[in-house]
Amino acid sequence: MTKLLNWVRALGHGTVDRIWRLGFATRFFFAVLRHSGMAFRRLPLMMREIYFSGVLSLLIILVSGLFVGLVLGLQGYETLQRYGSTEALGVLVALSLTRELGPVVAGLLFASRAGSSITAEIGLMKTTEQLKAMDIMAVNPLARVVAPRFWGGVIAMPLLAAMFSAMGVLGGWLIGVVFIGVDDGAFWSQMQASVDFRYDIVNGVIKSIVFGFAVSLIAVFEGFDSVPTAEGVSRAITRTVVTSAMAILALDFVLTSLMFRGTS
Amino acid sequence: MNRTALDLWVGLFVAMGIAAVLFLALKVGNLSGAALSDTYTLQARFDNIGGLKVRGPVKSAGVVVGRIANIRFDAERYEALVTMTIDGRYRFPRDTFVSIYTAGLLGEQYVGLDAGGDERMLQAGDTVSKTQSAVVLEKLIGQFLFSKASESQDAK
Repeated sequence: MTKLLNWVRALGHGTVDRIWRLGFATRFFFAVLRHSGMAFRRLPLMMREIYFSGVLSLLIILVSGLFVGLVLGLQGYETLQRYGSTEALGVLVALSLTRELGPVVAGLLFASRAGSSITAEIGLMKTTEQLKAMDIMAVNPLARVVAPRFWGGVIAMPLLAAMFSAMGVLGGWLIGVVFIGVDDGAFWSQMQASVDFRYDIVNGVIKSIVFGFAVSLIAVFEGFDSVPTAEGVSRAITRTVVTSAMAILALDFVLTSLMFRGTS
Repeated sequence: MNRTALDLWVGLFVAMGIAAVLFLALKVGNLSGAALSDTYTLQARFDNIGGLKVRGPVKSAGVVVGRIANIRFDAERYEALVTMTIDGRYRFPRDTFVSIYTAGLLGEQYVGLDAGGDERMLQAGDTVSKTQSAVVLEKLIGQFLFSKASESQDAK
């Protein structure tokens, strides 16, 4: 009986705790937005964060994009040749990259490469009481530490996703045209005929901007809200990667159902 | 305020990102070629539009001259009302015939404009009266079977 009672108690406590945390995260988001002014006034701070989350993620994004494009080219060719329409390879590679794979895979890589390091940095600053020290010196840590990292991530993410897609298309071209020998002209002209700028590319960029906001917010929040111990910080980093991945995939479903209803 | 090595890398990063977006827009997408310049709209009524889709192409002599802007059902006349945006460079005569064709055997459906000989041109917002609906495969097969059946009865 007491076991059951304890279980119900733990369930209720867990639920209330989650909702409490969600509310705190929402308030945190608006507080970050309110204190963003300084991040834009003091550009060097933000430049440093774009460097850390953007420039240093370049290698993983470009190499992964290339390989995703290579695989798409091979698999797409394998399937399309059964129907004798290998010229449509360009369409297949470009549409799947610009609409889905570019923003989603770049978002997942960005969360594990940049998001985790942001959480670790802020978490460690909290553990070593640097955030508290700033507060004492009348420097708001939200404005000085959190906001530049948040906006750095938001700015870097769409650029990385665009580079991922571009690299993937080049990878598909490399496999399809250079190695297998699909006609070069048909590859590009079919692609250009069926990829629409507004419908496909802009929607993909909108997706990557939304993912940038989600991943950056989760990363800074988990760091800021981490338990200030070694174990707490490591848990916060894990939560950043897991929550970001789930948020990206769930948001992707919502955005896809809003953008591509299949009727038009 | 001095320039730092960091600025160089961030500048390079942003330039690469913009280059990637430009590559997607110009090389992958069709922003460069098929953009329509100052368009006007035409409307046409059909008994049946088949599988016609919004944003589908409007072609004349096989060349894309416009896009389908809107398709809606006219509840008063029980017909489909299709709105097309046509490239402003092209004008069509009043007796232009508007038909729904299929690209290839199983391809997408598009609107074809076959120009007539009238000297007066269609104006923006006009509704074209001469239309031909999409061919519905079931109806075609039905007609074929019907004519076959009547043929064999005549033979007897």
